[in-house]
Amino acid sequence: MSVRAFRVLLLLAFAAAANAQIAPAERRSGYEDMGQATRAMQDDDAVNPATLWVLEGESLWRKKTGAAAVACADCHQDLRGAAARHPAYDAATGTLVNLEQRINQCRTVRQQAPALAYESRALLALTAYVGRQSRGLPIQVEASERTKPFLDAGRATFLRRQGQLNLACTQCHDERAGRRLAGVTIPQGHPTAYPIYRLEWQGVGSLHRRLRNCMIGIRAEPYALGSQGYVELEMYLMWRARGMPLESPGVRP
Amino acid sequence: MARVVVTVPSQARRGEILQIRTLAGHDMETGFRHTQAGERIPRDIITRFACSYNGVEVFSAELHPAMAANPLIEFTTVATDSGTLEFRWSGDNGYSAAHSASIIVV
Amino acid sequence: MTTRRRFLLLAGGAAVSAATRAQLPPDIQARRKAALAEAVQKVTGGAPVRPGRVKLELPPLVDNGNAVPLAVEVESPMTPADHVAAIHVFTEKNPQPRVISARLGPRAGRARIATRARIADSGAVLAIARMSDGSFWSDSVSVVVTLSACLEDGLI
Repeated sequence: MSVRAFRVLLLLAFAAAANAQIAPAERRSGYEDMGQATRAMQDDDAVNPATLWVLEGESLWRKKTGAAAVACADCHQDLRGAAARHPAYDAATGTLVNLEQRINQCRTVRQQAPALAYESRALLALTAYVGRQSRGLPIQVEASERTKPFLDAGRATFLRRQGQLNLACTQCHDERAGRRLAGVTIPQGHPTAYPIYRLEWQGVGSLHRRLRNCMIGIRAEPYALGSQGYVELEMYLMWRARGMPLESPGVRP
Repeated sequence: MARVVVTVPSQARRGEILQIRTLAGHDMETGFRHTQAGERIPRDIITRFACSYNGVEVFSAELHPAMAANPLIEFTTVATDSGTLEFRWSGDNGYSAAHSASIIVV
Repeated sequence: MTTRRRFLLLAGGAAVSAATRAQLPPDIQARRKAALAEAVQKVTGGAPVRPGRVKLELPPLVDNGNAVPLAVEVESPMTPADHVAAIHVFTEKNPQPRVISARLGPRAGRARIATRARIADSGAVLAIARMSDGSFWSDSVSVVVTLSACLEDGLI
């Protein structure tokens, strides 16, 4: 083997060791880290508080909206699978869009209605309803040449130390997942259930809101909701969770 | 519009015990929280829930600030005759919500 | 008085009153115990409350005190002559102890209710049932309340 090849191999080995990724077979959804009572809350739509948002989403889905006076239901019979494969590459714009941005794209372009604010009740209701339609389906975001720059950017964020506590996501959620922090089990951090009814929020919220909570936790300046930085991180997290079934809308502490 | 979710069987045998689950969308502000400036956020909760079966009240509950947000109330009632189950919620600041469900009893 | 001195005095006064408002009184435990006793008294009218016949189900370790699922089931034939008339739930450590008071009767078929409570701190939850014969029975469960990591407002 040439010296150059040997150096490349060494570098790869070092990179692999430094990035303590969880083996695919050992991945666990945050669902498994919750108490039995909280899991029961998620399992039954009749008692899952997120059902209130799903119902609201359904009525928004059917409502003719905007200058074009069209409803989501007019074009889409259903959106089964959509939530499981977003963030997705948008060929028309050459950008990465997550589900919220895709919904807003439809609203502005096809319905000719104003975009819904991130974390607004209406947008959460729609993502809860669309997410619900993909429940049980395996997460499958595109990993290809054209999505590689976004995946790499998201991975870099996940591995980068940030904030006053100078912690990287990977240090808790790869290396120390399953261990305890302040009486709570550290989850692996897979976005398997978004939007979630978080008991702490007493309401439904998006992955970006949860990511902001994480960054505040490590005393970092959180990114803005809907920011490119979060969409790329979301892309990496969904890729990291590839194959895991979607639980949306879930319940989490 | 006040959102509620009611889960009740649409059909039952006479004498069967119906398991009814209800969810109401409401923040249930306790009245014990304060703003950053130190001002108390006033109480704003659902205070009463009642279920009537063909016009007769079969279950009711008084809710207090120690109820969680988006309150869940699960209870039972015996299937007597076919007809209508009516559910009503009322609370602070004129909050009210209602839902009705038909039941066929064979 | 110079404006600067006046400002400092006002600011100091405001800080003191805010601090005293924010502080819990030193006898808070005793106060909450008394509030619970008073709430129970209001419901029972001073009648004796006996442990038994009531089963209060709660997770022993709670993920988040904002929404704690609980269920109360009472042994009873639920006939017009012998049934559960009411179920009351209280918490020990909340600023206000009452959770829910449900009115039942023979039409319930079974004396069982379930809901979700807010529990501010680790402590006891109490369920009291009033029977059709006027007697009161109870059950009590202790819960440990943990708090989620990574909050929004940086409370830590």
